[in-house]
Amino acid sequence: MENLLKLSAVELSTRIKNKEVTVREAVEAVFAQIDKTEETYNCYVTLDREGALVRAQEIQQQIDAGTLTGPLAGVPVAIKDNMCTEGMLTTCSSKILYNFIPTFSAEAVLQLEKAGAVVLGKTNMDEFAMGSTTETSAFGATKNPWNEAHVPGGSSGGSAAAVAAGECFFALGSDTGGSIRQPASYCGVVGMKPTYGTVSRYGLIAYGSSLDQIGPICKDVTDCATVLEAITCHDPKDSTSMQREDTDFTSALVDDVKGMKIGIPKDYFGEGLDPQVKEKVLAAAEVLKEKGAVVEEFDLALVKYAIPTYYTIADAEASSNLERFDGVKYGYRAKDTDELHQMYKRSRSEGFGPEVKRRIMLGSFVLSSGYYDAYYLKALKVKALIKKAFDEAFAKYDVILGPVAPTTAPALGSSLSDPMKMYLGDIYTISVNLAGLPGISVPCGRDDAGLPIGLQLIGDCFQEKKLIRMAYTYECARGQFPVCRAITEKEGR
Amino acid sequence: MANVISDETIEYVGILAKLELSEEEKEKAKKDMAEMLDYIDELSELDTEGVEPMSHVFPQHNVFREDVVTNGDDSENMLKNAPEQKDNMYQVPRTF
Repeated sequence: MENLLKLSAVELSTRIKNKEVTVREAVEAVFAQIDKTEETYNCYVTLDREGALVRAQEIQQQIDAGTLTGPLAGVPVAIKDNMCTEGMLTTCSSKILYNFIPTFSAEAVLQLEKAGAVVLGKTNMDEFAMGSTTETSAFGATKNPWNEAHVPGGSSGGSAAAVAAGECFFALGSDTGGSIRQPASYCGVVGMKPTYGTVSRYGLIAYGSSLDQIGPICKDVTDCATVLEAITCHDPKDSTSMQREDTDFTSALVDDVKGMKIGIPKDYFGEGLDPQVKEKVLAAAEVLKEKGAVVEEFDLALVKYAIPTYYTIADAEASSNLERFDGVKYGYRAKDTDELHQMYKRSRSEGFGPEVKRRIMLGSFVLSSGYYDAYYLKALKVKALIKKAFDEAFAKYDVILGPVAPTTAPALGSSLSDPMKMYLGDIYTISVNLAGLPGISVPCGRDDAGLPIGLQLIGDCFQEKKLIRMAYTYECARGQFPVCRAITEKEGR
Repeated sequence: MANVISDETIEYVGILAKLELSEEEKEKAKKDMAEMLDYIDELSELDTEGVEPMSHVFPQHNVFREDVVTNGDDSENMLKNAPEQKDNMYQVPRTF
């Protein structure tokens, strides 16, 4: 029988509609893979096998009745564990939410359910999305399916690894400083962060509210455009949600970039970039040039200031957003406390992990009286300058092209000992969040050790279609990216 | 320009952040915070005179709506997540 796990989400739903495969068979194929590989990779915090099978039957009936016809009908999906799912454990990979069962679902999850996707479970992540490796999870690290001695990236590492390992057909992630694009790059899959405000954040447990955005992690660009189209909506429940007209993203799946202008920031290719990553990313630029794009180098100002700006703003927002975890209404409460403030403090101190505490402390400091102007306000001013630098670049270019991360996936355990080094790994992704821009990561090769390398394309606000068009054109020229051995090993047996 | 974080500062931030750190955690926090602030201090190289602080990339306006209840009473379900509850209310330790 055909290895269903090799199919993309859109291919699978076509097979289901053509009655070549049932929804139940698709769900069972994924759970068979999970049984085989999950012990090794630890992509999930929670799995809902029974719920998925019940849902599969409901969806099948709707497909058979012709009431459900969309391109994601019957497709099994994994949701990052910082998005609320009604009746299903939602932990943010933190001890402080170890028992939290939401009474409602995130809007993005509801949109997927409306499209007929089948939720399999919740994926592992860095605790509260704070980290770049998925090692800060309270429930153990996720391993990279290309090589389990390496991290999958983060913070949406469980989602990216699950897609790469065939433990789902696509996944939702969230991106505050690169948390969709970087793990997608490390795991050889496609990940997209849309323009700020495109996907509702209602039901997404907030980290840095001015930066957070939900997006798809998929096997290819077609799936990515299809999922984005399904989850985009204007939501009155999220006051930053945008009213957009041009959300037919799949119409941009066009194999043609003739005349499109690509800018390559010189600062993205300087010191600190692994030579193999550099070579593959520049080779991808060459491919797009051959397809008719105009490629030019330019100076994008202020690149090195993005990281300190980001950590000031993100940590400040986090310190405020995470105040709600105090042991009163949900989650972990410290035992044997005899006074309210002691209960708050001990619940938080015992419930949060080291990286979360580090960021809450810094965030509280930069917002404190006497330091607010020097740190927080200063960072907001630099953010305005960074946005302006991008505005100037997009006056000349349709798309900015560069690497996603300076290296391929680091070895497990090599990043957490030096947080500063881990933060520096975010250099190419975080300015995109500061400026609210859309960005996509597309696999463009592998290093000598066989680990995937990602190409990043960045667009101006609301220009997702340009990104999708360029990413799709590149993907067509590149051809099939190798399927991860986690999926193909099955055939050898 | 190396930052030095005093014991008092760490105590104060601990109060703001509602965190109770062990002695070991405090020492680590002092070192980590000083290192991050040294790094953030690089922003002072930039002249931001006259630049408006940007909190949101797009102009954000207040979103108004009529004050009409649209959700039902879900208190029973919500209380299921409460660590402790009593008489349809959240229960906490004494407040003074």
